[in-house]
Amino acid sequence: MATGFRPVTDARQRQMAHPQAQAWWQALDCGFAPVADVFEECLYEALSSFSKPQMEAFIEAARYIGKLGRGPEPLLAFLEEWPAVVAAAGVDQQDLLPSVMSAIRAMQQSPNSKAITPFLQTLAAVARRLPSADQLRIYLDIAQDLMARSSGSIHGHHTTFPSPALPEFFAQAPRLLGLLSTTGLRNWTEYGIRNYANHPERQVDYFSLQSADSHAVLQRERHGTLFADVERQLDLYLRALWRDSEQLVPYSTAQLTSGELRKPVPYYDHLGIRVPDVFDDVRGVTGLDRYRAVLAHMVGHRRWSQAQIADNWSPFQRMAVEFFEDCRIETLLMREYPGLSRIFLALHPRPQEAACDPQTTSCLRHRLAMLSRALLDPAHGYGEPVLLDFVRRFHQMLTGRESSTAESAALALAYVTQTRRQSDQLAKIHFDDTVIDYRDDNRQLWKFIEQGDEEEAFDEERRPEPGEELHGLPPRRYPEWDFASQTYRPDWVSVYEAMHASGNPAEIDRLLAKHAALAKQLKRLLDLLKPQDKVRIRYQEEGSELDLDVAVGSLIDFKSGATPDPRINMSHRTDGRNIQVLLLLDLSASLNERVGADGTASGQTVLELSQEAVSLLAWAIDCLGDPYAIAGFHSNTRHEVRYQHIKGFSERWDDTVKARLAAMEAGYSTRMGAALRHAGHYLSHRQADKKILLLLTDGEPADIDVSEPGHLRADARKAVEELAAVGVTTFCLSLDPRADDYVRDIFGKRWRVLDRIERLPETLPSLYLELTR
Amino acid sequence: MSNKEQFLVRAEPYYEAQGKEVALYEAAYHARLPVMVKGPTGCGKSRFVEYMAWKLGKPLITVACNEDMTASDLVGRYLLDANGTRWLDGPLTTAARIGAICYLDEIVEARQDTTVVIHPLTDHRRVLPLDKKGELIEAHADFQLVISYNPGYQSLMKDLKQSTKQRFTAFDFDYPEASLEARIVARETGIEEAVASQLVKLGQVARNLKGHGLDEGISTRLVVYAATLIRRGVAPTDACRMAMVRPITDDADIRATLDHAIDAVFA
Ligand SMILES: Nc1ncnc2c1ncn2[C@@H]1O[C@H](COP(=O)(O)OP(=O)(O)O)[C@@H](O)[C@H]1O
Ligand SMILES: [Mg+2]
Repeated sequence: MATGFRPVTDARQRQMAHPQAQAWWQALDCGFAPVADVFEECLYEALSSFSKPQMEAFIEAARYIGKLGRGPEPLLAFLEEWPAVVAAAGVDQQDLLPSVMSAIRAMQQSPNSKAITPFLQTLAAVARRLPSADQLRIYLDIAQDLMARSSGSIHGHHTTFPSPALPEFFAQAPRLLGLLSTTGLRNWTEYGIRNYANHPERQVDYFSLQSADSHAVLQRERHGTLFADVERQLDLYLRALWRDSEQLVPYSTAQLTSGELRKPVPYYDHLGIRVPDVFDDVRGVTGLDRYRAVLAHMVGHRRWSQAQIADNWSPFQRMAVEFFEDCRIETLLMREYPGLSRIFLALHPRPQEAACDPQTTSCLRHRLAMLSRALLDPAHGYGEPVLLDFVRRFHQMLTGRESSTAESAALALAYVTQTRRQSDQLAKIHFDDTVIDYRDDNRQLWKFIEQGDEEEAFDEERRPEPGEELHGLPPRRYPEWDFASQTYRPDWVSVYEAMHASGNPAEIDRLLAKHAALAKQLKRLLDLLKPQDKVRIRYQEEGSELDLDVAVGSLIDFKSGATPDPRINMSHRTDGRNIQVLLLLDLSASLNERVGADGTASGQTVLELSQEAVSLLAWAIDCLGDPYAIAGFHSNTRHEVRYQHIKGFSERWDDTVKARLAAMEAGYSTRMGAALRHAGHYLSHRQADKKILLLLTDGEPADIDVSEPGHLRADARKAVEELAAVGVTTFCLSLDPRADDYVRDIFGKRWRVLDRIERLPETLPSLYLELTR
Repeated sequence: MSNKEQFLVRAEPYYEAQGKEVALYEAAYHARLPVMVKGPTGCGKSRFVEYMAWKLGKPLITVACNEDMTASDLVGRYLLDANGTRWLDGPLTTAARIGAICYLDEIVEARQDTTVVIHPLTDHRRVLPLDKKGELIEAHADFQLVISYNPGYQSLMKDLKQSTKQRFTAFDFDYPEASLEARIVARETGIEEAVASQLVKLGQVARNLKGHGLDEGISTRLVVYAATLIRRGVAPTDACRMAMVRPITDDADIRATLDHAIDAVFA
């Protein structure tokens, strides 16, 4: 409590009409009279859209902004604009507020605090033009890039001058975004920074749209059809022509300054249909028609495609299936609206038959793109007999019927088999004229056993018999980081997937029995960790059931003439752990070494200990109910990294899985990076708050085709970084007592070395519990 | 009763039944129950009533209701002529006298105080009091009252009173299902079925926007208009724009979408 002199007019003392508002006003702790004047009005607007926790975050942010020392303006702007920003972006406040606050903080901590007010003042108008969290983040990124590069750089001084451009940029942003895509904005900004970084006045002229070249660049960058301008038409299009009313969510075609350079591709998921924020006219097709083509294509998938199980197929096979399936649904779409063929065929490339040289290049993509053209375009003009044969079979399959994804897939596989060439495996791939940019990325076409949902995975015949290796399928390729040149070697390592062989599940039960005492101990820990599934929320006006205690109290109040509390119900909320974990086992030859209790080579092998430990851990995680998977790996040069599934996420801890664990064998080397990437690939596609890759290894990364010791270590570190970037936390439990050095190098802080290997069975499960507590 | 002759439907109107409505209507007529035909504009309500009148061999008197209509417009009024005043029966009175089917089309267009005059005709008394004339007409045995009503109207003002609704048996009409609608359009205009199907497809595209910028979609009547224009040699895309898109909306986005649909349907 502050004491001492206070002016009578202190706005903090202001009385709000509503007690609720009074409470929020106090929480805001603000002494500005102009804010007090409008506070209640702003508050009601916020209350109409925010939940209690959201209100708390909102007021907390406002409180921070009110104390920046920049007078009432920033706070006024924030209070007035923020609810509209959230509404326009169509996202949860949580998805936006942190990035906005960090932008504000960045301005405050640099000499750019003056720009905070214009930033907040135009943010709602900006959000209306950029109605997705993704786009707004790009906007913030552009602004921060501008700030960093135009502040204090004059004559090489330290960052002491504020950016002359930044306040102007914010003021003009709504106008600019009325005309430009995020890419256009980025380019326009870039031009200004490049040319006027050292001329404060001209910088101001440029960014306030007062100079001639500023307008010229604006006109140059102003092209294409902006999503924001046609959103309603696209909604109408979907609804009228396709009876679909899915949410459309634009993604930014501009990249984050720090981001990788990858061109995003349309897709859809449970949150909506994702389309780029701008489309230029190409080949006589307007941007609007390109949007329509994209939407029609995805509608086709939504109507007629059935997701296929991907795990057993090679990347080549999958690519072929996608081409055939895309053509099937497009054929059906054109059947419904023949006029679509004009758009599709204008957008679809027309690959030249002789463009790809199969002696030097992998031509499969090229073959498939030609085939795709031929499947859609009766006037394709190709003469290759196999192609013609498949065109005929495709049309036969679709004559008078819709056919199915499974049939497309069968035809695709036949095609791959019949046209297979040794050179398809070559690293150099022919890409020209093979990209069909109105098609989505087909992520919905595949389901992976590793991420299939429980039911589906259970009642479908979904994988080969346990132990049957997936022979003959081409590998999945991963890059490897070349420490020496600081670049990736693309498609360097081949990872082959297989189901782990099966043994006798009773052996695992025996191991578990052996550790019965340990299991009992663990069980106690587990019970503490186990999610209390239902949490009671009391004092609800509406809820799932009557809260008797409160109800009785209310009734007494009522009978005795007092105002009863209407919040006599309670409801429940599930408070689950949202963790998924993949346990990756190093199955290299060194596991065959024996460890004796006394260090002599007489006791169990590391492999046996690992088996016990993993069994116990699996049992423990199963008790907790966290979804988990187990896989092992070893390698024999970069051409052959073997990744073996022991347990999929959707599989139960049952005899099938125990049988695979029982058959665990060790051999070959440890190419860790590729295995981490592959495991991470599975994990990154899972939905969870926390995704953990737990690696159990007994040594440093090594392979027989690599001599310099640092190389694979650097690659593994890189792999860990990549995974972190996609939200996967990697933790390593090493059994190598001398591991500290390199383990730290690879895993940063996330590792532990176990120096008494014989204690592995108890350590591994408790480590997991600790990690996830 | 030469008066009766002039109201007879002479030639068989072309009507495709959508369901059991023909038999049901006959049953209602034989019991002289008042009938209400509900459904969107131009879906075949009037055609149906016309057809039933023909089938039953009864005269049909149709009144297109509108806002300015008064009870006198239905019942009748005194006119001034050289000899003083002369009573002129309104269409409802005429129908009650001669035993016609009286069809009040789009009844909600009339004000509610107008429509109450039909009440005494719709209960067991089947009478029509002509207050001004001091006459009470007993309806002819063949007389039947039929009203049509479009429940899709957005306006809350334009609704039937519950007390009115409660006096009718009702049919729920809607635009015919696609293949039937195509057949209707083809038969009605002599256009090829394939083209008729394309037109119907467009009609359906617009109907999907009902409630999303359009109060109603494109009616069968407009589809028939487009087909008629095409029969007269107008290019299909032009005919569709003129008969099916321009009449129903001034919303630029919806127009653009429907224009695109026309191009998508007529490749
Ligand atoms: N079932 C049908 N059989 C024949 N023609 C129909 C049918 N339904 C609609 N039509 C056509 O649609 C047009 C409009 O129908 P109409 O009866 O005037 O509509 P409403 O009275 O419902 O507004 C008719 O002139 C006719 O050409
Ligand atoms: Mg696709």
